[in-house]
Amino acid sequence: MLITALSQIPGVSGDEARVRNFIKEKLSLWGIKHHTDSLGNLYALKEGSKNREEPGLMLCAHMDEVGLMVSAIEKSGHLRFYKVGGIYEKYLVSKPVCIGANSVLGVIGAKAVHLQKKEEREKPLDAEKLYIDIGAKNKEDAEKVVKVGDYVSFWSEASSSAKIIKGKALDNRAGCAALLEILQRDYPISFTAVFTVQEEIGIRGARVAAYRVNPRIALVIETTSAVDIPEAREQDYATSLGAGPAFTIQDESVIAHPRILERLIEVAESQKKPYQFRRYGGNFTDAGAIAPAGSGVAAGVISTPCRYIHTPVSILFKEDWENLVEIVDAFIRSVHEKGLEI
Amino acid sequence: MNELIKKLCESFGPAGREDKVRSLIIGELEKFNAEYSIDTLGNLIVARRNQGEGAKKILVAAHMDEIGLMITFIDERGFLRFIGIGGVLKNILPGMKVLFENGTTGVIGQEKIKEPKEFDLDRLFIDIGAENREEALKKVNIGDTAVLLSPFSREGNRITAKSLDNRIGCAVVLEAMKRLSSLPLPNEIYFVFTVQEEVGLRGARPVSYRLKPHYGLAVDVTRVGDTPEPEFKTDVSLGKGPAVKIKDSSVICHPRITGLMIEVAETNNIPYQLEVLERGGTDAGAIHLTREGIPSGGLSIPCRYIHTPVEMVDLNDVENSVLLLVELLKHSW
Repeated sequence: MLITALSQIPGVSGDEARVRNFIKEKLSLWGIKHHTDSLGNLYALKEGSKNREEPGLMLCAHMDEVGLMVSAIEKSGHLRFYKVGGIYEKYLVSKPVCIGANSVLGVIGAKAVHLQKKEEREKPLDAEKLYIDIGAKNKEDAEKVVKVGDYVSFWSEASSSAKIIKGKALDNRAGCAALLEILQRDYPISFTAVFTVQEEIGIRGARVAAYRVNPRIALVIETTSAVDIPEAREQDYATSLGAGPAFTIQDESVIAHPRILERLIEVAESQKKPYQFRRYGGNFTDAGAIAPAGSGVAAGVISTPCRYIHTPVSILFKEDWENLVEIVDAFIRSVHEKGLEI
Repeated sequence: MNELIKKLCESFGPAGREDKVRSLIIGELEKFNAEYSIDTLGNLIVARRNQGEGAKKILVAAHMDEIGLMITFIDERGFLRFIGIGGVLKNILPGMKVLFENGTTGVIGQEKIKEPKEFDLDRLFIDIGAENREEALKKVNIGDTAVLLSPFSREGNRITAKSLDNRIGCAVVLEAMKRLSSLPLPNEIYFVFTVQEEVGLRGARPVSYRLKPHYGLAVDVTRVGDTPEPEFKTDVSLGKGPAVKIKDSSVICHPRITGLMIEVAETNNIPYQLEVLERGGTDAGAIHLTREGIPSGGLSIPCRYIHTPVEMVDLNDVENSVLLLVELLKHSW
């Protein structure tokens, strides 16, 4: 399955090569023209079956995930690290990780509980108090397999049942998988699908991608936080699993273009697919970099809801992802059939 | 002009939903046959062409949008939860009335709060008088936006309204356009009414990319320091003339433009003040960093109580802002 295969690949922001290579292989297999830019964004040029005026449509999903980077190697052989992207410190301790190009296995450790002072036990451990243990005897031994600057990603096997998919980096490998699913289908119109880099550290790849593609319309395919859990009040859920893909109205980075939002609603309703609005105004997506690019782009965002996002055990519902694919599919066809006046 | 200011301020136009303000401005433009276009994000562009030798392209920007609220959730009993759009001051919200685009009104209520520090946006809700969720959904939906409802009023030379930030800037630009409409101008001027300034100068950037001007000028309000124990340290006062922006947190204005503004004000005996704003930004912040860089400045109308429903400006400042803008645009750059 595409999502689970993509989920397991390490690809922290700035280190997306392995994810990109996986996607490139698929594109080559399916005979889709593609190229990579200097930042590492991957562009797939999907040719339409009908010879029709280029609608200036760009679809986009980021390849990178949040993670860590080795910042120092202690004399003892333990690794210190920095966070890359929005990772929550309290989720770090006791997690298996995978380091560098050779995927060295390690775990995040901390002082044993019986050695922690009372206040240390009560508070989540800061990143500075944690270390990665790769079983090295000392610094020299560690340096044989890792170095300062190596990227660290969660090590988490992706798995799935009839209903859910569990894994790390579902944000946004679920989006990449959706885009790949779309690219396998035939459409009457041409469009550019971009797999972007460095979204998690400030929507950096999408900015140059939008400048390069210079689209008129952009649809960003994302994965977004669902907080439909027992302690939360219903108004704080943001999104709920099983209620369909979520359309963004506004986040910190963008106000979705009303024409795109209207069209998403229209196609979801005509296809009788469930959808929900993302009921939270925080965080950012690639659309925030795309909308103000060049002379301005009409941008929208559609996301698969996902619980425990940015952790090694995020989960999503297959049906939400499948419905997202069908709505994106219908959106593209509708741009062909009716155009999309901005 | 007063009637126009009133209409502009009472109009509905939170960031991203500026359609009503734009239509109102288009109505004014049609009165003096100005041609206009609208770009992808909704910026309204009026070009005064000039193909003459040595004519420079100048972009004059005034943002149309205002801060507002957006509905995120509707509960079983029909109460609405919301988030802010732009720099909303949450402590002034309880007890306010709000207006939706379709004319629905509501009031802001507050949950019981034990400690002042518990107070936050998520403890507030909007009541539109609906008996339950179903009835509320007939009038509003998640994603709908609202603005604070506040009538325009005037005391002597001072007017009070919501969204004088920046409908007063729009009014100043419109009035200057009218006065300049029959005069030959040395430069090519693009008057642009921008969108989404309040959420991070998002409209001005693409429109200046499209138009490639030589110079940029943002017409916007600025904060004053002339009230008791002011929150902002600034030398600008109400009634002492338009402010020539030197710096805010988004831009250090190009000395060539600030110099020109001061020169034009002094030659024409227009009172002016110098503005150094500690916190706050304007469209000039986005314009000056577009393409290879565009020397930009700001002409600011002093305004009290910015981002509250009772923003206040002085009509002498408004008239002098129009005069300064008119003279600036008649001048060579």
